Amino acid sequence: MGAVKLPLEGIRVLDITLVWAGPYATQMLADWGAEVIRLEPIDHFQPMARGQRARVSKAEITADTDWHNAYPDWDPTDMPWNRTPSFNVHARNKKSMTVNLGAPGGQEVFHRLFHVADVLIENNVPTTADKLGISYERARKINPGFIMVRMPGFGLQGPYRTYRTLGSHIDGVSGHASLRGYPDLGLEFQTDIFYSDAAGGINCALAVLMVLRYRQRTGRGQMIELAQVENFTSYISDVNMDRLANGRVQRTLGNRHRTMVPHGCYPCAGEDEWVVIAVEKEEQWDALCRVMGSPDWTADRKFASYLSRYEHQDELDALISDWTRTLNKGEVMCKLQEAGVPSGQVSNHAEVSRDPQLRGRNFFQWVDMPGTGKHEYPSIIGRLSETPNAIRTPPPRLGEHNEYVYKQLLGYTDSEYSELKDIGHIGNAYHSHVE
Amino acid sequence: MHDQALSDLRVLDISRRIPGHVCTKLLADFGADVILVEHPAGDPTRSSNPFINDLPGAESSGYFRYLNNNKRGITLDFGTITGKKLLLELVEWADLVVETFSPSTLPSLGLGYETMKERNPRIVLTSVTNFGQSGPYSEYQASEAVYYAMSGLMNTTGLASREPVKLGPNVIQFHAGIMSALHSMIALRGTAARGVGEHVDESIQELQAGSIDRTSAMLLAYQYTGFITGRDNFEGGGGSIHKCKDGYLNMFPDATMIPKGLNMLGMSELMEEPLFSTMEARSMPESHEYFDALLEPWLLERPVTEAFAAAQGSRILSGPVYNSALLTADPNFRARAYWPTVERSPGDKVRMPGKSFQMYGGPWAMRRPAPTLGQHNVEIYGGMLGFSRDELSTLKQVGVI
Repeated sequence: MGAVKLPLEGIRVLDITLVWAGPYATQMLADWGAEVIRLEPIDHFQPMARGQRARVSKAEITADTDWHNAYPDWDPTDMPWNRTPSFNVHARNKKSMTVNLGAPGGQEVFHRLFHVADVLIENNVPTTADKLGISYERARKINPGFIMVRMPGFGLQGPYRTYRTLGSHIDGVSGHASLRGYPDLGLEFQTDIFYSDAAGGINCALAVLMVLRYRQRTGRGQMIELAQVENFTSYISDVNMDRLANGRVQRTLGNRHRTMVPHGCYPCAGEDEWVVIAVEKEEQWDALCRVMGSPDWTADRKFASYLSRYEHQDELDALISDWTRTLNKGEVMCKLQEAGVPSGQVSNHAEVSRDPQLRGRNFFQWVDMPGTGKHEYPSIIGRLSETPNAIRTPPPRLGEHNEYVYKQLLGYTDSEYSELKDIGHIGNAYHSHVE
Repeated sequence: MHDQALSDLRVLDISRRIPGHVCTKLLADFGADVILVEHPAGDPTRSSNPFINDLPGAESSGYFRYLNNNKRGITLDFGTITGKKLLLELVEWADLVVETFSPSTLPSLGLGYETMKERNPRIVLTSVTNFGQSGPYSEYQASEAVYYAMSGLMNTTGLASREPVKLGPNVIQFHAGIMSALHSMIALRGTAARGVGEHVDESIQELQAGSIDRTSAMLLAYQYTGFITGRDNFEGGGGSIHKCKDGYLNMFPDATMIPKGLNMLGMSELMEEPLFSTMEARSMPESHEYFDALLEPWLLERPVTEAFAAAQGSRILSGPVYNSALLTADPNFRARAYWPTVERSPGDKVRMPGKSFQMYGGPWAMRRPAPTLGQHNVEIYGGMLGFSRDELSTLKQVGVI
């Protein structure tokens, strides 16, 4: 890599986030050069941070092979917390220190960190955050340029301020879950979706960047509040405006679209192979007909106009399926794209991993993590023409940067360091009683 | 009034699609001076649903209005020679330009990044495209469903026995807009430090493939083990969404939740049973099935609001599944004044979704409603660029503005 400084070099971020929304925010900041330090407890297991549980047996994993149990080679080893994909995927470029904020001595360490940091991000329930001693006023007294983001599920104020949620619940609260899924089935057949975690993460990072600009101009930091249910609700603002302006309650259309037709997911040759086709414009419809070889039915009056195609979608979709079934999904996609029709194959993870476009742009990057092995990771999102970027360091093992943070950054002496180790703040493993 | 975070930022939005407008909307909401540059025929999102009171018209798209609050608006056909000159004058004024054309479009008009940089060496040009500026699919067309299909997540959404099913409308495009705003701000920070411009290349396919909505974690799980996540097998139950008396509640059993769940049901004595007594036992699918069988009849007897309050009272991660009617009536959103009313002119007002986040020192603010077509032509061409009224009339006559 060239010697160009990354735009966030010199910004130090304290990361006490869990699950995904907060960690995704700090991933964005770490990827562009910020020094992100994760503060991790070892006297208890943070729910859904480094996997589902601290200690899991190989037998359990082999009984339930699933993506969230996908430790390399299905082997959790005696340090599963360093090997879980749901943590490692966002943790690259970050550092890890251990400290038990709720235990004696923990607050003092936390306090000292405010002197050397620029940003703190947390996504706990407000009541938990209060207990952990998270206070913007306190941080600002130490450091007037301090930036703090708090991203609870429902907000710092309001009737639900003590409520707890995950991305999948926010998906329901925001109304998104009612707008996806099969129109002919009840909501209980929905797959859980965690889009609001991604949404909360990048909005949080954006807010931090905004305040960094403000700080450059004024010398002052700011406190930011991001209520995750509100943040994600903005993603479906068109549907909510339809309710507010017109009283209409939109429901799921499955794979259909309110204005595009034909629009759907069509079966292709082979087992469980699918392609998406989305026709927006008249010339795209004409192109689709041409690519299908202009069979007689395309000249039927039923399909002559946009409105009549809309009206006869069931029949139209069945006829298109008759064509797609004869071809493989990649063929359908390429033929249609060459004719200017939006189309995409439904790729599984093996296919995404060898997708010619992602490969063509080097979207995957080899990362060697000691104890976990060498694997290809989804790399940095977004490219800057004058600032080349890539994953710089592997995901940190639990407590990997304790020496650096305690001794170099905070100036703890060797004997103080050993003392903190003895009373259980510093370590590379959860305390033995932690499940 | 507090100074807003981006009061010193100048942005030119020459985009034609949702991601571009979302990108500049967030910047405008926090103080940036954003000029929306529309083709004289009007931006395509002016014909997007929903229309206020269901009356289609260039000034009544609720979506356009939501996306363009706090911006000023001008018209300009930069496909013409004169239009191109005017656009480059505006590029000189701006810190950031946001566009959503296919990669070859702006260069073919003589308005590529290199040209812009000649006029303004510190310009940041953010290009949001389906598949990025380079690579074999760079000129491919796409839609919301196409992004979802090609990132791997659609294949895991829905039932194993049926077709994969997509997300709700425009979610990925909205996300792409925020991501572009983030990368624009990152680029601007580098530009300020180094005095060079940047071309930001934002590929929607990549931001979806790298999304923590599970997509990226599943991709890494595949790299770790070769495991390909498929779709669900819920036909016999087992999902997280449960039916209540009058709606649905999302909560799912896992090893740490089950004790809280039994407490909520008033059945804590069942913790003694072998299926629940240890963490390891509670991690097993049979344990979850057993718990669900206890939970479901309890939920069916209760309204969602009551079940939600009870679950939260027992500190259980949960949420009701709302539609837009239930959402807009929710007490938490209302108490936090999430739905502001935006008035364009007396009698022409509409309620909208509000802030995505809040800053305590220089808050989110509704400074002006979305511009009518060409509303700020005189102010910007006349006031800012110094054209006379006569010159403006000529530009209008030849169709440039």
